[in-house]
Amino acid sequence: MKRRNVILTIIAVFLLVAFLGYAQKNLDMYVVRILNVCAIYAILGLSLNLINGFTGLFSLGHAGFMAVGAYTTALLTMSQTTKAQIFYMTPLIKPLDTLSLPFPVALLMGGIMAAVVAYLIGTPALRLKGDYLAIATLGFGEIIRVVFTNTQSVTNGALGLTGIPAVTNLWWTFGMTALTLIVLISLINSSYGRALKAIREDEIAAESMGINLFKHKVIAFVTGAFFAGIGGGLLGNLLGTIDPKMFNFIFTFNILLIVVLGGMGSLTGSIIAAFIVTIGNEVLRFLDESMDLGFVVFNGKVGLRAVVFSALLMLVVLFYRHGLMGTNEFSWDAVMNKKFWLRPFTRKKPLAKGGTRP
Amino acid sequence: MNILDMNAITMQFGGLTAVKDLNLQLAPGEIVALIGPNGAGKTTVFNMITGVYKPTHGKIVFMDQEITGMRSDLITKVGIARTFQNIRLFKDLSVLDNVLIGNHVHLESGYFEAVLKMPRYRREEKEMRRQSIALLERVGLLEYQNDKASSLPYGMQRRLEIARALATKPKLLLLDEPAAGMNPKETVDLTAFIKQIREEYDLTILLIEHHMDVVMGISQRVSVLDYGVMIASGTPAEVQNDPKVIEAYLGVDESA
Repeated sequence: MKRRNVILTIIAVFLLVAFLGYAQKNLDMYVVRILNVCAIYAILGLSLNLINGFTGLFSLGHAGFMAVGAYTTALLTMSQTTKAQIFYMTPLIKPLDTLSLPFPVALLMGGIMAAVVAYLIGTPALRLKGDYLAIATLGFGEIIRVVFTNTQSVTNGALGLTGIPAVTNLWWTFGMTALTLIVLISLINSSYGRALKAIREDEIAAESMGINLFKHKVIAFVTGAFFAGIGGGLLGNLLGTIDPKMFNFIFTFNILLIVVLGGMGSLTGSIIAAFIVTIGNEVLRFLDESMDLGFVVFNGKVGLRAVVFSALLMLVVLFYRHGLMGTNEFSWDAVMNKKFWLRPFTRKKPLAKGGTRP
Repeated sequence: MNILDMNAITMQFGGLTAVKDLNLQLAPGEIVALIGPNGAGKTTVFNMITGVYKPTHGKIVFMDQEITGMRSDLITKVGIARTFQNIRLFKDLSVLDNVLIGNHVHLESGYFEAVLKMPRYRREEKEMRRQSIALLERVGLLEYQNDKASSLPYGMQRRLEIARALATKPKLLLLDEPAAGMNPKETVDLTAFIKQIREEYDLTILLIEHHMDVVMGISQRVSVLDYGVMIASGTPAEVQNDPKVIEAYLGVDESA
């Protein structure tokens, strides 16, 4: 690594830490919460990118894994009295009713539980390919949600969990994002990561190179689910309230939007897109409310934001399929290069599929 | 002692018999060509050896180990590598990555060792890189190591595919039409290249080829398939003059 890049990285990390310290104490609760959500979405985007972008498995079950993580972490951190209060329909099963663990341990358990569920789901589902895998994982994600709605004695059913200790702060969310990023970069650049990319490029060739397709797909799926579980755990303990309805397909769709917008196969792209989508979601809130444009009164429709996001996804897929970053990663060399900033104006047309450069 | 022994192999797809009662033996170090008209079942033979298809009947033995119907990746692990008729490189990955992926099969470090960059994994990664660089240098692609595989010209892509197969450290190399689409100059280079790598990497080679110059130039034995049946086998010269082979390629002379 060049010395300039090391220095720039240190400065950037220092500035980020300083900003987080300032933001945590001085900024408005609303802003802090959005920043937290941004970081959590970044974790979710990163983990889905490992599955969809790097391994080429079209999985749509991410919300399910988040739900598992969120419920596990929440149940393990809630106090005994809160649990007794909210589980008034059916009491919580033993030993969960008295168990209360420190947040880090509970968070880790959330990730592990999500990974275990992913293993159980992945073992049959990962034998499918392409669209069939997408349908199967979508189905499993919904099954998790339905199960959570109906297991009253564990999840409190449709009533959800309330009074979850609000432990999540900026240090936790940004710290876990950094950890996820570091682990995934390490994985992607390892021999296992190369094998995953080989599977994405060409399954038949990958298998003929001696790569055990099933084993490697399970590795990607379970790792992705682990971090989705962590993200879910952070989210639950940020919001303080969770219920099964939260983790519906729309949630997966939002994360998918982040992955596609950032670039399938770009980790830093996912982080950038997570911030754009989350902040965009807040900025576009005015669409859901009534507006007086002077000459006409615009009656806001609840859910109009979702329409904007759907249209955005369509535009990205139609005209900018590589997303913001394509398969490239953020690098100081690129940012410091003048050409990088002029790129949108000088960009060459990509080669036609199967085309070769003479 | 044969390195590969195919005994009475039959492959049926529904009512179609693609390969029928095929017997094929390869001695260590041999270069054998498998030829025949289009649709004769040559690639099917490759697919059975590499575990893509499980033969309907018969037994395939590689180095005293039965591999009939074994999973593809395990067959690669025991020492059989292949290239494809239509090049199947990892297009969006770099030339070096393509070769490194070939090394993955022999990686001993586990997943967590690799992610946490434990000492054993670091050592293995370093060794993999050293070997891959050496291999790229050997096949003359070192200067392109950071280029996307799809950006290479056609002839080099073929070479890269062979290099990638060599990275799995095979004892038997299956080449599916390595000279397809090459110009005469590239074909001559390729013929010499195949001979050299056989010496250097101590390989046994089975190849499918339509270019007769290549077949006659490098193979010690030629087997001819027609409609899934082996109709002739022998030295290039013997096969060339075999009436059955001439018939399969050119048809029967009705006036005779």
